[in-house]
Amino acid sequence: MNTTLRRIADMYIDGFRNMTVGRKLWLLIAVKVILFFAILRLFFFPNILSENYDNDADRAEAVATALSRE
Amino acid sequence: MNDLMSTVDWSRAQFALTAMYHWLFVPLTIGLSVIVAIMETLYLRTGLERWKNITKFWMTVFGINFACGIATGLILEFEFGTNWSNYSWFVGDIFGAPLAIEGLLAFFMEATFVAVMFFGWNKVSPRFHLLSTWLVALGVSLSALWILVANAWMQYPVGMRFDPDQMRNVMDNFWAVTLSPVAMNKFFHAVSSGWALAGVFVAGVSCWMLWKKHNISAARSSLAIGAWVGLIGMLATMFTGHGSAVQVARVQPMKLAAMEGLYRGNVGQNLVAFGILKSDPAATPDDPMLFSVDIPYGLSLLIDMKTDTYVPGINDLIDGRTITASGDTVYGESYDDRILSGKAARDALRGYNAARAMGDTAAADECLEVLENNYASFGYGYLPDAQAAVPPVGTSFYAFHLMVLVGGLLLLVLVVLVFAAKWRTAWLEHKWLHITGMLSIALVWICSQAGWVLAEVGRQPWVIQDIMPTTVAISDIPSSSVQLTFWIFAAIFTALLIAEVSIMLNYINTASKKNLENND
Repeated sequence: MNTTLRRIADMYIDGFRNMTVGRKLWLLIAVKVILFFAILRLFFFPNILSENYDNDADRAEAVATALSRE
Repeated sequence: MNDLMSTVDWSRAQFALTAMYHWLFVPLTIGLSVIVAIMETLYLRTGLERWKNITKFWMTVFGINFACGIATGLILEFEFGTNWSNYSWFVGDIFGAPLAIEGLLAFFMEATFVAVMFFGWNKVSPRFHLLSTWLVALGVSLSALWILVANAWMQYPVGMRFDPDQMRNVMDNFWAVTLSPVAMNKFFHAVSSGWALAGVFVAGVSCWMLWKKHNISAARSSLAIGAWVGLIGMLATMFTGHGSAVQVARVQPMKLAAMEGLYRGNVGQNLVAFGILKSDPAATPDDPMLFSVDIPYGLSLLIDMKTDTYVPGINDLIDGRTITASGDTVYGESYDDRILSGKAARDALRGYNAARAMGDTAAADECLEVLENNYASFGYGYLPDAQAAVPPVGTSFYAFHLMVLVGGLLLLVLVVLVFAAKWRTAWLEHKWLHITGMLSIALVWICSQAGWVLAEVGRQPWVIQDIMPTTVAISDIPSSSVQLTFWIFAAIFTALLIAEVSIMLNYINTASKKNLENND
């Protein structure tokens, strides 16, 4: 069991260590994730219903009002 | 109202921008994963080191594309919560369940086996490595399945019932949602188009390598596989495209009429092979085309494989008009009828909520019955008139015909490339073939994007077919905030695309110069 886990860990460690193009790609992914989650999601994309209403009943009420509007 | 319309338009533009950007990477990931798996299978079967090198070359290209596509789809989910909150709530778990399955099952499958695929050379047995590569290809397609199931439900809402207490639709038949004919067809159409796109891409890059005289033998081998996969994918795309037309005719006849620019349909309806719409085609519904080349009975054959099938046009659908095989005109439910039915459903929903608030169970039950009886036309109750149910005809028409024309052209190119790779290898030295292959890369993306433009613009004004129009799905937010994030996305996507294409081109340029033929 330990040997198997060790081999799996080695595969990942060696894999990350020997990356060439992969380094650039991980940097790109990190930039995207930070940009999307830490900036855009946080400051520009609130979940409107979750933020403005405390519970599902109030959210349902808000949607009912919006859908009933003439 | 103006600000609401503006919010709708900006939200739609933002969603389109994000989805189109995301779709630049997805089909290549779907198709390239299969091509890489085929190449590795050849390596294992032949034992030739050159196939291992070729596999690794394309596997890295796959990895670059995979990394470029990561997280771009998640932005769509942000947009649901912010711009489309009414829609997000209204669809309930029907939309959430497939997306959750996608995240859990397919993503972890991909994440696990992608690691083995890239890091596992010489660490796991060759057979297990190959199995991992095929499982990545399967996982990628499974990811696509759940997204397409969610999309198909919006176009053909089945397997659910509306719960007015929760104000949301509740899934009551998972399999009806998952295995709906629209979902299945959409899945196979999207996956096969991914094979076609990736095949053209591999063949096109191989043409560039031949043009540059980089690794000529490896480029020829890659071109052969790319061309074969592309050809099979393109034929499958055309076959499933026919299936899509059959489904659209059945569940979204207005989309079919719009994509053909057809205002008055007939028995034995022609198909426009190529044409230009008049500037105001609705003004001359009997002759909406400025110029067209028609295929006799083509549209009837396309949707029913019969020459005498009636295909309704836009005005026929609005008026509820049908022409029978004997030539008689009969009238059924018109869009005005459906608008009345939709308004009855809306009034019943209001009445139900009011009765429930007052504790009047009998009145609530009565309203509920009216709501349920008219729910199939619920969305029509929001339309100002029947004309509002017509999608943008020009965009639908040109997107459809662009997709078909470019697809047909690419089919010819792929036949030529297969022919050159298999029977006329001397052609592989010609510049015209190299240039054709390279130009095809741009064309295949245009074709792929046009397909989605048709699918999404053609279903307007519905965000959920017949149930919820786009104008109602929107959140109550100022249009200025959506405009701001639209431009932020436009800037970010442009910068990311430049970075991503640069990384890919730089890798292809550098790696293709290295000897891929060694160790044989």
